[in-house]
Amino acid sequence: MADNTFMLEVVTPENILLKEEIQFLVVPGAEGELGILKNHAPIVASLKIGVLKYKMLDETIQKIAISGGFMEVVDNIVRVLAETAEHGANVDVLRAKEARERAERRLAQRSEDINIDRARLALQRAIARIKAAG
Amino acid sequence: MAGAGVREFKRRIRSVANTQQITKAMKMVAAARLRRAQEKAEASRPYNETLQGTVARLSAVALDVKHPLLEKRDEIKKIGYIVVTADRGLCGAYNTNIIKMANQSMENIDNNVEKTVIAVGRKASDFYKKRGLIAVDFVNLGDNISYLDARAVAQYVIEAYEKKELDEVFLVYSKFINVLRQVPTLTKVFPLEPPEEKEGLASHLIDYIYEPSAEAILVSLLPRYVGSLIYNSMLEGKAGEFGARMTAMGNATENAGELIGSLTLAMNKARQAAITDEILDIVGGAEALQK
Repeated sequence: MADNTFMLEVVTPENILLKEEIQFLVVPGAEGELGILKNHAPIVASLKIGVLKYKMLDETIQKIAISGGFMEVVDNIVRVLAETAEHGANVDVLRAKEARERAERRLAQRSEDINIDRARLALQRAIARIKAAG
Repeated sequence: MAGAGVREFKRRIRSVANTQQITKAMKMVAAARLRRAQEKAEASRPYNETLQGTVARLSAVALDVKHPLLEKRDEIKKIGYIVVTADRGLCGAYNTNIIKMANQSMENIDNNVEKTVIAVGRKASDFYKKRGLIAVDFVNLGDNISYLDARAVAQYVIEAYEKKELDEVFLVYSKFINVLRQVPTLTKVFPLEPPEEKEGLASHLIDYIYEPSAEAILVSLLPRYVGSLIYNSMLEGKAGEFGARMTAMGNATENAGELIGSLTLAMNKARQAAITDEILDIVGGAEALQK
């Protein structure tokens, strides 16, 4: 069973968040989720804000919230680059929920002086973090 | 009186010794922070290198990508300078060198072209505020630079360039060579020139699938690439600042030591002269009594 594993690295500007042997990975691709297994063909894919799910060697599923980025697969090494990434277990759900409400309020008001795109991204990030925690 | 001279020397020696103690402490603090700044720069390397490699590879594959950040403007009306300095002084010529480099570049550009400064760090902000060149400043970021700080700067220049408020953007910062050497460096940010792919890399031979497409990925990565450029310059700048401060404070400590040495010598001379004077007085007085 150990022969179906491959390496997953999650890299952010500030650190290498994760470097581990895993069995299966699902990433939020720009045009839908992508599943990765061992011996995947070389691919570069852009990722949107969302949740990255992976199955560890002990069969447990872990989640990481990422704020978009890209993934590169070569020779059974999967490297995910994201500006920010956070383990689901470390997410401060209360803060994420507050952020979601704040972004929703901003979008609902639609006033001139706010940046709609930025509020929308903030909302997506907050939702991704809440999902990763759950 | 000679005795008063000795007291004056003592006072000055004590004062220099106090200063020396402070510079010594500052040197040690700078050394500790330098190590942390270097670790941080080290930690950002995997991200930067992978991102750079991928952007280089993508721009080799994706021909004729149109993106506002890559677009060269025919007419240049306003140039932005991102000047990355420290928040504080007492680090030798570190800040001056960076500002000098930015000024030199500005002087070489036609007077009709407007120049504006995006200041990162209090020293650059203060300098250019006096000259009315500041567009925006990012100050008091502390010793612990986070990626979000860099992204705020990146976001500002990306928006300004896309809105055509700026037609060219340069980044001026101090490149960290080693603890003793920091070189002020000027690089062009916009129009963005993607890095060249390193020759002879194995990645040439790999036939990647691009999802959704090389062009789309490249476009989504360009703003991140700008972020990583600026983050990197801020981290190198921080390391350089501490390196420069360490050197400056080391020199100051040494100079204080020398000053204490020469003051001590002068004090001893003054004391001896005073004693000699007194003996001469006594001998002279005794001889006068014998006559």
